[in-house]
Amino acid sequence: MNPFTYVQAHDTADAVRHGGAAGAKYLGGGTNLVDLMRETIERPETVVDVTGLSTEIAELPDGGLRIGAAARNTAVAEHRAIRERYPLVARAILAGASPQIRNMATVGGNLLQRTRCAYFYDGAAHCNKRVPGSGCDAIGGRNRYHAILGTSGSCVASHPSDLCVALAALDATVHTDRRTIAFTALHRQPGERPDLETTLEPGELIVAVELPAFAMRSTYRKVRDRASYAFALVSVAAALAVDGGRIADVRIALGGVGTVPWRARKAEAALRGQPATHAVFRAAADAELADATPLAHNAFKRELARRTIAAVLGELAS
Amino acid sequence: MDSLQINGRAVGLPTDPRVSLLDLVREHAGMHGTKKGCDQGACGACTVLVDGERVLSCLTLACQARGREVTTIEGLAADGALHPLQATFVACDGFQCGYCTPGQICSAVGMLRELKRGVPSHVTADLAHDPALTPEELRERMSGNLCRCGAYNGIAEAIMEYAK
Repeated sequence: MNPFTYVQAHDTADAVRHGGAAGAKYLGGGTNLVDLMRETIERPETVVDVTGLSTEIAELPDGGLRIGAAARNTAVAEHRAIRERYPLVARAILAGASPQIRNMATVGGNLLQRTRCAYFYDGAAHCNKRVPGSGCDAIGGRNRYHAILGTSGSCVASHPSDLCVALAALDATVHTDRRTIAFTALHRQPGERPDLETTLEPGELIVAVELPAFAMRSTYRKVRDRASYAFALVSVAAALAVDGGRIADVRIALGGVGTVPWRARKAEAALRGQPATHAVFRAAADAELADATPLAHNAFKRELARRTIAAVLGELAS
Repeated sequence: MDSLQINGRAVGLPTDPRVSLLDLVREHAGMHGTKKGCDQGACGACTVLVDGERVLSCLTLACQARGREVTTIEGLAADGALHPLQATFVACDGFQCGYCTPGQICSAVGMLRELKRGVPSHVTADLAHDPALTPEELRERMSGNLCRCGAYNGIAEAIMEYAK
């Protein structure tokens, strides 16, 4: 780990004053950043600890919830309002990492966690995300865990977060020290610049995530290589409202298959107003996955995603 | 207050912020019960309790624990007597080599507190109701602690026996 200066931020203004300096990084629970610093993939000169900022989970007048960015994952997943009104959020968090990591990880940090692509972690490998312009060893390498949606000739790394998939489905909003961003506009697809992962400006600090008022039935399902403590091969966050046998409203987002938390708008468009049948669910999944560009070892994800989408919608419709 | 408490003893914070809580406990405070396994958050061997919550000390910077109360395996046993959960680990053969055991036991203590508080898990069928300690819940909640000897049956039995 390279040397750095550690600063504990007292409030948002204090954090941004330090975080705006060149070479500064905000630190949440450390479950991703500390690991990356130890591998010298991240080499901040100043680490600004923002875990002392707001952890509050507050009811909003319009029926939504505002979650302070320093709230720990466990605190969000165990919160009564989250469990009752946003089960897709609680289930997404509980499907991620281990209990110890969920006790440490913050909501703000979760939004900014970096890919688990093995070539990104391997200093001897070519990686455009780690060293822009150096190439991508994953494209012709071991790419079973990699993305099939939103990829480019520069990067095929999948986004690792579970929580982000639920937030993408929910149309959550991200509050920073200076503005409000739609959650689905926070992450950038790799294109030619996979090193640029979000639309945040240098030094911009996420201070809260807002969940809109929400009444649909919802859940999160994660498919992985082992029953617990593994990253997703495919995951689905979905919400469904059926009225008189027809789909009145629907939200779907996918994890494990996209370079960003993947909002499945094509599938949603294919579902609205249609009868809530398995055939319609399968056709909607096909519509979303028609754009998939599988690699040598991850073509299975297309079929796995189709089946998981249909199964989750079937569960919500029953 | 440039210190933290480890098992009730004040320990000064390191001058170099790179020091992990794990290295502070082992190398600075000289308490070797907490083990370094992977040092990257994958194995759970370094699990300690910070203000009663189980966390990974390898991914915690020591300076982040400033002013907090850290409990390691040494702090669970009062006055040299075994903690009751240590006793059931012995009785149920909850280990072979023992390397993961301090992390398993600290994790189990934190896990039972979470359960008492009503924290749900991935296998909790109904999020509206607080879960009970079934074998399925126990295994899911202890999945962050790996045992490469594969003593899982004994570990699960020891925790279940203690929780009775």
